[in-house]
Parts: sequence; C-alpha cells; structure tokens
Amino acid sequence: MIRRVVANAEEALKGIEDGMTLMVGGFGLCGIPENSIAALVRKGTKNLTCISNNAGVDDFGLGLLLQTRQIKKMISSYVGENAEFERQMLSGELEVDLVPQGTLATRCLAAGYGMPVVYTPAGVGTEIANGKEVRNFNGKEYLMEEAFHADFAIVKAWKGDEAGNLIYKSTARNFNPMMAMAGKITIAEVEILVPAGELDPDHIHTPGIYVHRIFQGEKYEKRIEQRTVRKRA
Amino acid sequence: MLDKNGIAIRIAKEVRDGMFVNLGIGIPTLVANFIPKGYNIELQSENGILGMGPFPFEGEEDADLINAGKQTVTLLPGASIFDSAMSFGMIRSQKVDLTILGAMEVSENGDIANWKIPGKMVKGMGGAMDLVASAKNIIVAMQHVNKAGESKLLPHCTLPLTGVKCVKKIVTELAVLDVLPQGGFKLLERAPGVSVEQIKNATLGKLIIEGEIPEMIF
Repeated sequence: MIRRVVANAEEALKGIEDGMTLMVGGFGLCGIPENSIAALVRKGTKNLTCISNNAGVDDFGLGLLLQTRQIKKMISSYVGENAEFERQMLSGELEVDLVPQGTLATRCLAAGYGMPVVYTPAGVGTEIANGKEVRNFNGKEYLMEEAFHADFAIVKAWKGDEAGNLIYKSTARNFNPMMAMAGKITIAEVEILVPAGELDPDHIHTPGIYVHRIFQGEKYEKRIEQRTVRKRA
Repeated sequence: MLDKNGIAIRIAKEVRDGMFVNLGIGIPTLVANFIPKGYNIELQSENGILGMGPFPFEGEEDADLINAGKQTVTLLPGASIFDSAMSFGMIRSQKVDLTILGAMEVSENGDIANWKIPGKMVKGMGGAMDLVASAKNIIVAMQHVNKAGESKLLPHCTLPLTGVKCVKKIVTELAVLDVLPQGGFKLLERAPGVSVEQIKNATLGKLIIEGEIPEMIF
C-alpha cells in the first residue's frame, strides 16, 4: 500500500503557486472541497485559473477566492449565482471561459483517460464552436474539444482511505471523480479518513493511483443553495 | 390563456409511460407534478441522478442531494447516482427520451437561444448545449412573447444560439406548435379562450395553419 495521507489542508496545498491552473470539484455548493478553499484563501496564491462547473456564491465556495481577487480566469459552465463574479466579469477584471457542462466533464475525463481530444455535438453551430475543428461522423457534426489538464485538482469525497481510494456520497459526486483523474497532482479532502482495508475495493469510485494527497477535512458546513421542502400531509 | 401550471399540465400530456425525462429549470420542473398517475417514468437530473423524487419533507433536507437547479430533492426506489461525465454520456448517447426546457427564443427551423443576452446576462449555458445537441425529443416550455411584448417565435434567433435545428415542439401560454423539419411553426392547438388571430399576432416566424385549430383539452 502506498500511503497518501497528509496532515491537513496546508500540507496538501504545498506547491500550489501563483499562476497555476486548478480543477476544483463540486456542483454548485454540493461536494466542494471546503477546507482546501479556505486554506487557499489563507495561503493567498494569486492569478489562478480555476476549472470548476460553478463559481460558488458571493461568500462561499470559490466565491471566497473571487472576493480576495485570487482568481484570474474561470472556466465554468454556469456562473449565475454570484454577483461579485458578474461584476468582475463585466468590468474585465476576470477572464471567463464558458464551456457546456457535459463538455467540461468529458474534457476532464479525457485527461484522466489519457486521451488528447473528444468529439461532442454540444455547441455545434453556436459561438462556442468558433475556431474549433468540426467533423462529421455518421451524418452528424461534432466539435473537437481538447482534454483539460490542471497543475492541481482539488476534490472532495465522503470517505477515503490511507491509500487515497475515494467514495463519494450522493450528488456530491458530480465532477469530483473525473477531476481527480485529471490533475497532475490531485488533492482529496474527505469527511471520514479510514485505514487501508476498511473500504470494500468493489465500492471504490476513485482508485488511489489518481489521488496523491488525502486528508480529513476539519469541518464541513455543507451550505444548501436552494433549500426546497414539501409540507407533511 | 394558460398560466405556468397550465403549460406544465399540457406538456405532461406529451410524456409517455416508461420514459426517461430531463426537466429544465422553471416551468419544465413543474411538469413533474402532473405526470399521469400509474405512469412509471424516471426523471434525470444532469448533476447525476436517475429516479429523482419530490422535495424532501421539512427537516429531511440533505446538502449532498440536490438537483441541477441546486434544490434539495429526494430519490425514489430504484434511483441511481453517477458522476457528471456519465450523466452527459447517457444524454449524448440518447438514452434519455425527452428533454423539456425553457427558451428565450426559438426560430422556425428549430434553433434555440436560452443562455446569454450579450452585455446584459451571462450566466452560462450549464448543460443546455449538451442537452439540445443530443436529445431525441425536445419540447420547449416558454411564454409566446417576451416582457417587451415581442414574439419569441422568430424567423431567426437574434440572441446567441444554444443549439441548431433541435426543437421539435413548443408549448406556450397561447398554443401548442410543432417545429417542422422543413421549417415553420405548425399550429396544433389553441389555449382555452385564445383565437388563431391572437397566435398569429404573437408569432413573428412562419406560422403554418391548416384547417380548424382545436382548443386544448385537459
């Protein structure tokens, strides 16, 4: 067993420098690496390019790194819930590259599978096709999209073991598995860290070979973006 | 004229037993409330759910279980969870039978625009471009005219496109229309109390009217 455990977020983030590209897992505020984001704010690393489906909200998630102007460029599919983001984008302070959600997921996946490009029909005939190769397969047009690579991928899982194996919980899985596979160095923070041997190998979502550093997060706020409920009858 | 629930009720009649269905944010989400009793359908949420259930009871919300609109939801028996790549894999490979989504504009050849108003609103396309590029069947739920009173059914979209030649059917507060493969909005049904004339006036794209147009039956 190759041990992947580090003491805490600070140790996990070692080597992240100004100007690097980071992948950050999560969908909305669900399944985001809360402890690592907080540690990045404390670390103060600047000019980051972040590949993440969303940009958090004003005071949580990646929104925290926007407030401190640590992000130079965001690559996302949907950024609707963040006023500070919108302000920085419209004023030109923040570069934004919007990518269809499935394309984003698949470009991360391609990196983790060692494939340079994928072909997807998403965006054919739209402005996101500008400058991209279009190929016809079986009578349908597809855009060539390149794999995303990141200096570091930061993901969040529910359980992990000393060997870096990860299990996600519910829809907090989202982009985490394929981002974990795409990082040159992948950092995983987990709610519960267990000794090797405690997780059933059949239940592992992300094998530890993709996870270089793992630590148990100190605490999880798990903020809910849209609390929707129904009344009991 | 239909209200939002009315549009959702009419669209629910297009859902068939045994379908896998993806519902967009807004009116499409309401469709889930009007699926005929006894139908077995599975709702897909592109953040990674098949078999999505209703909102949780108060106090039972789980921050780890949300839908694509970031709302807390539940799972029904037989549900499954998967990652975002697989989610769009099943969309791209057309395992999902029906996609219902909103739009800002639809053109008479089935182009759709719903993700960006240059200089005003740039929230991103989310999964919409993937969904419209691959879905077998796309129904658009929207208002016939925008807040300024301008038609949203146009000869050509004026806003940046989400996808081309993909919309098959449109349900608005005024009418049900098919988008024909050769182009044109074919008027199928009128909303209760709405005249063909009203629909003509609210439709800027090519409107095809053949014979008597029946009123919707609920």
